[in-house]
Amino acid sequence: MVKACAYDDAVQLASSAARDLDDESASWLRRLVSTTPADQRAAERDLHGSLLRIARAEVRRRSASTPVTGPELDDLAHQAASDAMLAIIAKLAEFRGESRFTTWAYRFVILEVSSKLGRHYWRNPPVALDAEQWERLPDRLGLDPYQHAEAAGILAEVRRVIDTELTAHQRRVFIAVVVDGIPLDALAERLDLQRNAIYKVIFDSRRKIRRALVAEGYLDEAGAG
Amino acid sequence: MTMNERDLLERFLHTDPRDVGCAEAMGVLHVYVDLITAGQDAAVSYPGVAAHLAACGPCGEDFTGLLAAVSGEQADG
Repeated sequence: MVKACAYDDAVQLASSAARDLDDESASWLRRLVSTTPADQRAAERDLHGSLLRIARAEVRRRSASTPVTGPELDDLAHQAASDAMLAIIAKLAEFRGESRFTTWAYRFVILEVSSKLGRHYWRNPPVALDAEQWERLPDRLGLDPYQHAEAAGILAEVRRVIDTELTAHQRRVFIAVVVDGIPLDALAERLDLQRNAIYKVIFDSRRKIRRALVAEGYLDEAGAG
Repeated sequence: MTMNERDLLERFLHTDPRDVGCAEAMGVLHVYVDLITAGQDAAVSYPGVAAHLAACGPCGEDFTGLLAAVSGEQADG
């Protein structure tokens, strides 16, 4: 199953593994690049079994925060384990022993579970993209505009920044995640963007909003990120 | 604005300049988790990753999941 292009690198890595890696990691590598097909297949079966066990535990751990349930959740765990397995085999030569092999490998399956749950969100989304539920903004910011005039002023300033200082893309992302409460991974999936790209938009938008609130005297400069 | 409201707003708007972002944090997540399971202070070695995991919900979830996976493995072993 190990692709020929990565095989030589992986074999080379495995050959030096005994002196550089912990025993368990070295053993995994040696088995996964074994020249005996039956041994290699056995190693892949064992690794896939571990990945599936981790994927199932992870979907159970996240089950309260996803609408995916029952057999579909188990299907998702199987898909995550299989896709993680393919990624691990393809990137085996990139394993440098900075961590134990299993920790490196499990990261793939955890990230696969994340990504697949984000994708499943759109099967039955509780809120549509671009819903712009502005009435939720006070709650999101922890403000009650009916109790304090200052809170109403802050909300108006936040709206002004969103409407006039954010780009169209920043505005769409910020409203989707912060105002409408769409999970970041689900939005990344829908807009075909990396999680990091969405996070950066939210990060920059927060800075802009904070700067504006400081400029208007609502917040102190101290403590600004 | 009450103190509680101010705290919530500050927390919501807080950004840490050390925050390395999702890609870099996820790139070393396995190393970060192994440091923790080895009893070391990973946040000292990777302050930018620690800042990110504290601020980014999805990456924080992935971190919790990987830590649980590895910790369960150790407990099983």
